[in-house]
Amino acid sequence: MNDLMVVTLLASGILYGTPLIIAGIGELLAERSGVLNLSVEGIMLMGAATAFWTSQSFTGGPDWLALTAAILVGAGVGVLVALILAFSVVTMQANQVVSGLALLIFCGPLGLSNYLGAVGNLTSTTGLHRLPKLDLFGLGDLPVVGPLVFDQDLLVYFSWAIVAGVWFYLTRTRAGLHLRAVGEEPNAADAMGVNVVATRYVHTLIGGALAGVAGAYYSLIISVNWVNNITAGAGWIAIALVILAFWRPLFVLIGAYLFGVVTSLGFTLQALGYTLPAELFSSLPYLLTLLAVILASGRLSRFHLKAPAALGLPFRR
Amino acid sequence: MLPFELRFERRLEVAPWLGPSLPIMAIFVALFTGALILWATGRDPATGYIDIFQTAFTKPGALTATALSATPLVFTGLTASLAFRIGIWNIGGDGQLMIGALAAATAGVALGNLGGWISLPAMILAGAAGGALWGLVPAYFRARSGTNEVLTTLMLNYLAPLLLGYLIFSSKSWWRDLTSPGAKVFPQAKPLPFEAIWPSLGTDVVIPFGFLLGVFVAVVMQAVLHSTKYGFEVLVTADSPSAGNYAGIRTKRVFITVFLLSAALAGIGGASQVGDFTYRLEPRTLQFAAYGYTGIAVAALARYNPIAVVVGALFIGGLVNANLSLQGPELPLGLLGVIQGLILLFVAASEISARYRIVLRYRKKAILTAPFTNAGKRETPP
Repeated sequence: MNDLMVVTLLASGILYGTPLIIAGIGELLAERSGVLNLSVEGIMLMGAATAFWTSQSFTGGPDWLALTAAILVGAGVGVLVALILAFSVVTMQANQVVSGLALLIFCGPLGLSNYLGAVGNLTSTTGLHRLPKLDLFGLGDLPVVGPLVFDQDLLVYFSWAIVAGVWFYLTRTRAGLHLRAVGEEPNAADAMGVNVVATRYVHTLIGGALAGVAGAYYSLIISVNWVNNITAGAGWIAIALVILAFWRPLFVLIGAYLFGVVTSLGFTLQALGYTLPAELFSSLPYLLTLLAVILASGRLSRFHLKAPAALGLPFRR
Repeated sequence: MLPFELRFERRLEVAPWLGPSLPIMAIFVALFTGALILWATGRDPATGYIDIFQTAFTKPGALTATALSATPLVFTGLTASLAFRIGIWNIGGDGQLMIGALAAATAGVALGNLGGWISLPAMILAGAAGGALWGLVPAYFRARSGTNEVLTTLMLNYLAPLLLGYLIFSSKSWWRDLTSPGAKVFPQAKPLPFEAIWPSLGTDVVIPFGFLLGVFVAVVMQAVLHSTKYGFEVLVTADSPSAGNYAGIRTKRVFITVFLLSAALAGIGGASQVGDFTYRLEPRTLQFAAYGYTGIAVAALARYNPIAVVVGALFIGGLVNANLSLQGPELPLGLLGVIQGLILLFVAASEISARYRIVLRYRKKAILTAPFTNAGKRETPP
């Protein structure tokens, strides 16, 4: 293993980790308010389809305009789907698992995202616009750190910003304290004068927007095209990450990059000429998630790093 | 603040018409929204739906195809209805079905030459065992340390097709057909011997054996749940695990057995796919079909009642059959998931209306109410 290979592996770890961070932080916000959003995978697929469609409809014009519009559309669609979920689980107090699965099927690989891919003829086209890398401070040429830290696209910097921002929000602001109160003890928060319903709505919708952006990252940056089921379970891995990170933003970032590296291990080794069955490498992220979820519930749960106490429960005054 | 609000008022008694009417309303809402989506994307909903209805139920051969599509859905629907009823979120019907298919194909290929009387029960048992095996890890850790079974069963859903794909496409395993001329062009699994193919019933409308088996299993499940001690323990645990514990029911054991039984049901569905439909292990077909997820919509439509699952499976099976054969520019495949997801969502969101009356009213200014409620009074001990 030489330096170049390590850098390649880490760089592709960042590439595949970034959507996991964005979607994971969104899920973290929703779960901290007490709403388990199981439709992340579906929202990501909708975000990917609509963002790619938007980007493709800009036949001319500058890249940045098309891509900004595409990412905003992805986020907006995410908000819309999350709104349906929030109405179902917050207002109608429906079961969060069933509602989340319902929206997953609604948006999923045999649902609306597939439908839009067919209606918009997205499968047959290649991407017109690419998000350029931003060379921060002109430091992109530094060895190792240069390409990893200073020469990334805008959404990578965005993912770092939201990790820091959400950490600050949760631990250092009054609104963040109220959010945590709503997720832990909604009745007490309500008695304190916090609007539980509004808090849950807002954070579920932000979570939806971030999941939409994470989906857009797949169709605009990772592969620059649309294929059905493009995210291949990344939304579920993002949900698992939130559990593995014990609902803490910084751990989400670390875990996401770990999963990013594991996901891209196969491609990197193949590029270097190793021939091992593709199925083995494809299965690594899922196997790792399976093991990690089991471990996190058993050995590690004694460290008082538990889920928000009211996660999954409806609030009734 | 919106000028109006939804209020929930507790129903004093549950109206008897409510139970059966919710799924029907769910179907109407889902079909209506599906029509809106078709219309908004420039398709004609009326002709689309008429086509779907005819292809699903009235054209010659339609019922045969619908029964075939409904067969795996009966099993995955029973999987979800058994597990969900007791609060086990077994989303793994998909993976359990695939491993059941793998196990059943193994039994069928190995024992097929001994004749159908041996290979058919062997395939059913192998399918059940394969499904249960794929549910074992989630079930054990759910019961032992409360591990989130949604995530574990889902990850196993992604792992199952990779395992099948490895066995058939990427290795020279025992399951792969390495001899026939077709297999040299495109890799495929060993075919079942002729004797191991499952029988079917009828000439005009062909009912696969797996469908009859599914109906039988649904009837047995209903009987076990409502007239045996084990079924009573399951229903008590479903309503309140702590009450079950207090009554001396070993709830942990109930959780594990229900989880494994539900996984085994999906596995039998996989066996039926091999025996009734593809006659060999077809990883791509199974992965594409996503029967496990569709089964969840079937179970919700049936409100987790085993007998109703059969009816729900026939309805959704009709949709699956129609949407698959009509898919094209006029009727994209995605309509299927749209309608299923909406049915599931509506059933979930309207569940509260069984206990509460939902009233939309204008918001008035908050009126301070007296702080005396029944909650403050102490109950007199008996």
